[in-house]
Amino acid sequence: MSHATATLPSSARNGSGAKTNGLSFRKEGALRALLHKESVAGYVCAFPFIFGFLMFMIVPMILSLWYSFTDYNIIGEASFIGLDNYVEMFTQDDLFWKSLGVTFLFALVSVPLKLVFALIVAMLLLRNSKASGFYRAAYYLPSILGGSVAIAILWRQMFATDGVINQVLGVFGIDSKFAWLGDTRTAIWTLIILAVWQFGSSMLIFLASLKQIPAELYEAASVDGASKWTQFWKITLPLLTPTIFFNLVMQMINGFLAFTQCYIITQGKPMNSTLFYMVHMYDESFTNYHAGYGAAMAWVMLVLVGAVTLFLFATKRFWVYDEEA
Amino acid sequence: MSAAITSASSASAGRANRAGRANSVNSANRPRIKPGRIVYHVLVFAFALVMLYPIAWMVFSSFKPTNTVFSTAGQLIPTEWTLDNYANGFKGFEESIPFYRYIGNSLFIAVTATVGTVFSSAIVAYALSRLHFKGRKVLFTAMMISMMLPAQVLMVPQYLWYQKLGWTDSYLPLIVPYCFAIQGFFIYLMMNFIEGIPRSLDEAAQIDGCSYYGIFARVIFPLLTPALVTGCIFSFMWRWDDFLGALLYVSDSAKLPVALALKMFADPSSSSDYGAMFAMASVSILPSVLIFLFFQKYLVEGVSTSGLKG
Repeated sequence: MSHATATLPSSARNGSGAKTNGLSFRKEGALRALLHKESVAGYVCAFPFIFGFLMFMIVPMILSLWYSFTDYNIIGEASFIGLDNYVEMFTQDDLFWKSLGVTFLFALVSVPLKLVFALIVAMLLLRNSKASGFYRAAYYLPSILGGSVAIAILWRQMFATDGVINQVLGVFGIDSKFAWLGDTRTAIWTLIILAVWQFGSSMLIFLASLKQIPAELYEAASVDGASKWTQFWKITLPLLTPTIFFNLVMQMINGFLAFTQCYIITQGKPMNSTLFYMVHMYDESFTNYHAGYGAAMAWVMLVLVGAVTLFLFATKRFWVYDEEA
Repeated sequence: MSAAITSASSASAGRANRAGRANSVNSANRPRIKPGRIVYHVLVFAFALVMLYPIAWMVFSSFKPTNTVFSTAGQLIPTEWTLDNYANGFKGFEESIPFYRYIGNSLFIAVTATVGTVFSSAIVAYALSRLHFKGRKVLFTAMMISMMLPAQVLMVPQYLWYQKLGWTDSYLPLIVPYCFAIQGFFIYLMMNFIEGIPRSLDEAAQIDGCSYYGIFARVIFPLLTPALVTGCIFSFMWRWDDFLGALLYVSDSAKLPVALALKMFADPSSSSDYGAMFAMASVSILPSVLIFLFFQKYLVEGVSTSGLKG
C-alpha cells in the first residue's frame, strides 16, 4: 500500500508485467508512472465512452451522410447520385411533406398538453395527504409502461369498433360504433392521447422543483396580500420556467422522433393521416429498400431537430427565469 | 371496479402511510373534515382511476374467456374467470415456440446490456467528474448530445454501419454499444451522484497510496450503489421494452425478444385469440410493474434528479 502502484487493478498489473517481462525495471516503472498521471487516468477511464461515441454515433452518422448521396438498396452496391435523394424528397415525395406535417402536429399538440397536465397534477399533488403516495404512483405508472408494445396493442384494441372506448360510451348512454382508428379526423388523436397519458415523468420533475421553491416567498407574498392565483403567476410559474424549458426541449425532441406507438397502432393509416416521419423513414429504408433515401431523411430530421432545439434556446431569454440576472 | 381500487391502493399503502405520518401533526389541529378536502380527494382519486383503467382493463380481460373479451368490454371484472388464455399464450403461436423462450431471450439481452451500460457509465462518470484531462469539456458536450438524441433518428445510420460490420441478424447491436456507455443518461445520472461524494474521501485515499483507478474501485464505486441501482432499473426496463432494435436486427423467430414476439402475436393476420394476446401482454409488462412496485423510490429519484424520461 505504501507504493503508489500497489493498488493497480490486478488485470492491469498482470498485463503490464507479462508484456514487460524482459524489459528493465526502469521501463516498467515508466509505464506505470504514465498510467498514473491524472490526465492519462482520465483518458483510460473515459475510454469506453470515447470509443462508443465514435464507433456507434459519429462513424454511423458520417457513413450515412455518404450514403445519403447514393442510391443504395442495402443488398447491392451504392452508386453516387449527388443530391438526387434530397431533391426527390423536397420536390417529388408527397409523403415526406405529409409525414412532416403529421409529425409537427403530433409534437406541437401532444407536448404542450402533456406539460400542462403534468404541471396541474403536480400542483395538486403538492398538498400532502395520506393518499399522496398512491396518487403519485397511479399517475406515474403510465409513463413507465407507455412505451411498451403491450400498451400499444392495448391502445389499438381500446379504440377498436368493439373496444372499451365505445363500450364505455355505451354505458353512458351513447351508442357508438365509431371507428376511432379508421377515421382521418380521430386516428391521430388516439396517438396524442397515448402521449399525453404518459405525463407522469414530467409531473415528477415538476413536483421535485416545486418542492424547492422557498416557502418564505409565499409567506411574504401573503403578507403583502397577494392571492393564491397571483402567487402562482408571479412566483411559482416564473421559478418553474427553467424546469419547463428543460422538459419542453426533451419532450419536443422525443415527439418529433416518435416511432413505436405509431408503427404498431396505426401504421400511418388511415390515408397516411398518422404517418409519422420516423415511420415513413423506416418504410422507405427497410420495406422499399431505399436506404440511401432513408439516410437522407435521417439527416434532414437531424438538422430539423437541431434547428428546433436551437430555436427553443433562442427564445429562452424571453421567458425563462434566470437566477443570475 | 372496486377490486381495481383495493389492489392498487394496497400496493402503495406503505408509501401513503409514510407520507401521511409527516403530515399527521398538522392534521390534528385542523377541523375534522373540510368539504374542500373531500372534493379534492374525490377528484384526484377519480382521475387516478381513469389513468389506470386501460391497464386494469387489459389485465382483467386476460382472465376472461377469449370469446367474451370484446362482447363484455364495457365490464371490467370478468363474470367467469379463466386461466386458459395464459396456457394458450405460453404454448406460443408460431412454429410452436413456447412463449417463455422469448422471455429468456429478452432477459439475456436486457441483463447483459444493463450490466455493460452501468459499469461502463460508472467509470466514465468518474473520469468526467473527478479527473482533470484535456478534452473533458468536449466529452461532456458529447455526453449531453448522446443523452438528448433518441435512438430512432440513428436507426438508418446505425443499421448501415452494423451491416458493414456484419452485425445484423444477431444480438450484437442490441448489446455491444451499450457496453460502451452509449446512453449519456446513465453517465449524467452517475455524475450527479458522484458530485455528492466528498472529495476529501478521494484525497484521503490518495494519501493512503491509492491510484486514480484505486480511488474509483475502492472509494467511488462502493459509494455509488444507489445510483447503480437506479441505473440498473432504468436500463433494464428500457432494454426489456426495446422494440425498434429488435425489429431491425432480429429476424430468426426463435431469437425474438418479448417486445417483437408480442407484436407478431398481435398482428391481425396471425391471430385472433385476443384473450391469449392480452395474457401475454400482461406477462410482458410484469417485470416493469414489479420494478415499479418495489423500487419506486429509485425511479422517482432518477427522474427527479436527472430529469429525463421514464
